[in-house]
Amino acid sequence: MNWYGIKAIYIHEMERFRRTLFQSLASPIITTSLYFVVFGSAIGSRITEIDGINYGSYIVPGMIMLTILTQSISNASFAFYFPRFTNTIYEILAAPLSSFEIVLGFVGAAASKSLIIGCVIIVTANLFVDVRIDHPLLMIFFLILTSITFALFGFIIGMYAEGFEGLQIIPILVITPLVFLGGSFYSINMLPEFWQKISLLNPVLYLISGFRYSFYEVSDVSLFTSTLTILTILIGCIIFVTYTFSKGYRIKD
Amino acid sequence: MKNILEINNVTKFYKNSVKALEKVNLNIKEGEIFALLGPNGAGKSTLINSICGIVNFNTGTIKINNMDIIKNYRTTRKMTGIVPQELNLESFETVWNNVNYSRGLFGKKPDHNYIEKLLKQLSLWDKKDSKIKELSGGMKRRVLIAKALSHQPKLLFLDEPTASVDVELRKDMWDVVKKLNEDGVTIILTTHYIEEAEELSDRVAVINDGKIILVDEKDKLIEKLGEKTIKIELLEPIKKINGNLSKYNFTLDQTNKIISHTYNLNSNTTDITELLNDVKKDGYEIKDINTEQSSLEEIFIKLIKENNNELVRN
Repeated sequence: MNWYGIKAIYIHEMERFRRTLFQSLASPIITTSLYFVVFGSAIGSRITEIDGINYGSYIVPGMIMLTILTQSISNASFAFYFPRFTNTIYEILAAPLSSFEIVLGFVGAAASKSLIIGCVIIVTANLFVDVRIDHPLLMIFFLILTSITFALFGFIIGMYAEGFEGLQIIPILVITPLVFLGGSFYSINMLPEFWQKISLLNPVLYLISGFRYSFYEVSDVSLFTSTLTILTILIGCIIFVTYTFSKGYRIKD
Repeated sequence: MKNILEINNVTKFYKNSVKALEKVNLNIKEGEIFALLGPNGAGKSTLINSICGIVNFNTGTIKINNMDIIKNYRTTRKMTGIVPQELNLESFETVWNNVNYSRGLFGKKPDHNYIEKLLKQLSLWDKKDSKIKELSGGMKRRVLIAKALSHQPKLLFLDEPTASVDVELRKDMWDVVKKLNEDGVTIILTTHYIEEAEELSDRVAVINDGKIILVDEKDKLIEKLGEKTIKIELLEPIKKINGNLSKYNFTLDQTNKIISHTYNLNSNTTDITELLNDVKKDGYEIKDINTEQSSLEEIFIKLIKENNNELVRN
């Protein structure tokens, strides 16, 4: 293993995060605070509790998931697309690094950034509502697995994007709607039966549900199904990345 | 001297079926400066990128230090460094971070003393904390060289190292290349500037339309393919060409005092002695004589022209 190479990519990416620390953290903190104002105060005054949990506290796992998903994708996609855009990718391709090592460096850094932001959101949420974590290890497990999985997904976008606009399409048009419709701010039991069944087709529902279970021991679907879903997405991303690398990452052709 | 790089029958097609390299065979000796010449789109950069692992090639083998670059990519890539044609650098990073990052990518333990020495050698030490965007074009080119040398490679590829660089800086860069070579680095450079190849290289290859059409030592190439021109300056101008001189195909300058006669060095015999005798026989006194050798540029243009004509015929 080229550990120095992996470390170089990781440090390089984290250094970018450090340089833009204010923007990186300010945006999720402000967004979270706004969600609490809008959803927590406005809607929370009408919906006091869901499954016995205060509404403000209930939406915390969903908000963390929303941030983790979007940040993991955007961090990883930007991290790999930027050197492609500036042509500095030549150096990574010419270095004695295997495909796995390249992915480890980029995805590791993107997932780390998301984890830091996720922790900041938990702290921010605590300023507004009481946040209880019944299963901290399970919560960490979901947090890490989701960060890695969606950082891999972002890496794929970074490999395929043909412009900066391309980096935004999937997060805006696919991920955000799926998170909003995946029970971030409500339980699917509150929906009519037809829409409950439709919601079950949304993979993000399983992630949020499992994650929420680690906080309050309440969930829309079983913990096993949630874990299986995240692992399936992870394996799917690994297969896709491996396939793309075997074809020369769409760059070496 | 042993070969540090061996390229055997390498062919490369791009996705759109454009042929970039066709059965390229080339050996590079350890310690030499090798120039790869060719017009735009000839395949120079594709060949370098194939050797460095930046693009995949379709068939053939490439060996560095007798090791296959695909099977032994970790070892072979550690031995190579590449300076790309364009100034591809991260604008917001400092020189120091940029160079150390490159060393890390190539699997080398941090060595601040070596990087300091390298930056000093390339006159970059006082700019080590500057961001790339604050540097001039010439400085950026030096940073690219520093990055390529950060892991102490044995084989350095310079893809158009002095493209868009002013004359003074170009000469400066040549000194850097010569110094690197003296320190034991084998250098392969692609260039449009024939004078660059003429100044720096030991051997030259000409590539056109993805094929290597010639490989030879620079001096031998000039000798083999070059034409020479003898210039005979007379004391008095030639009033009319007749008599013995009428059988020669020479040109006269505006003053009618300088005879320019071109001959090929490849010929077993030249007519120079005869010409000089005839000048004397026709009653002209010779003031001075000098000869001029055709440059690598003229040879290169001639070769490419011949090769293109051949391609059209085929």
